[in-house]
Amino acid sequence: MLRPVLREDLPDFRPGDTVKVHVRVVEGTRERIQIFQGIVIRRQGSGVRETFTVRKVSFSVGVERTFPVNSPILASIDIVTRGDVRRAKLYYLRSRVGRAAKVKEKRF
Amino acid sequence: MAEITKGILGRKVGMTQIFDDKSRVVPVTVIQVENCRVSGVRTQEKDGYTAIQMSFGDVKEKSLSKPEVGHLKTAGVPLARHLMELRLKDVSGFTVGQEIKADIFAKGEHADVVGVSKGKGFAGVMKRHNFHGKSASHGTQRKHRSPGSIGACATPSRVFKGLKMAGHMGHERVTMLNLEVVESDASKDLLLIRGAVPGPNGGLVLVRSTNRGS
Repeated sequence: MLRPVLREDLPDFRPGDTVKVHVRVVEGTRERIQIFQGIVIRRQGSGVRETFTVRKVSFSVGVERTFPVNSPILASIDIVTRGDVRRAKLYYLRSRVGRAAKVKEKRF
Repeated sequence: MAEITKGILGRKVGMTQIFDDKSRVVPVTVIQVENCRVSGVRTQEKDGYTAIQMSFGDVKEKSLSKPEVGHLKTAGVPLARHLMELRLKDVSGFTVGQEIKADIFAKGEHADVVGVSKGKGFAGVMKRHNFHGKSASHGTQRKHRSPGSIGACATPSRVFKGLKMAGHMGHERVTMLNLEVVESDASKDLLLIRGAVPGPNGGLVLVRSTNRGS
């Protein structure tokens, strides 16, 4: 009954994947695209409320950003690598640094 | 203060969220306002006050009383479960039988929403009046959610009227003032109101123009 607001143009991605999120940023009147690259550590919720969180380490500071999956601010999402992980929420990555924080790549 | 100039009856469908034009998430309550009609107009000359009576909600003929059926048939409106009067200063824009559509509210307008809140049954003072209760430990026995003292001793040797105590909570008329109409869609008979509105999903709500500020 509600208007369809779910986005179907985004690729399928899962926790463990490394993604490039293209985010629309409005600065005054200009709009540009910012790229946020990192590992997806969770996908949560369903329907219009679904969100995902991307974690990256920037200048040795961990940065996490949560986006609504259906938000119009997402211009696109590129999948860089597919991760091979066994759990749905990768919170354990927060306590790891360096090589230990790497996620195995999926072999096909 | 502005006047109340219009109103519409609807059914609360539930809550969801939408993205506004700046891509921000807005929490909204969906209200279905299908088939709300003016079933009567009260005028100063005839009734001594001015109001419109609105009808809403599909119903079978057998579940209405004969006077109700007769009243609705004379007004020439479909049978309706709910009737509600809304007092207005000016009723000239309303005629009996007219359908009130969602587009009487424009996007961005502010409105009051009236509903009957969810019943909570016989509730204790912690739930009903936000009392703090008693300590979980430090020797408290069987009194963790109790109200404590309800007054002094020989003076005044009674309990004051209106003291906050346990009792029935909820299922009462509640008015939420000055809520924003995020969207109104007359073709789908839907109103989207920012934030929460009183009552359970499926409950009857009145959306009326607000008399708060500008």
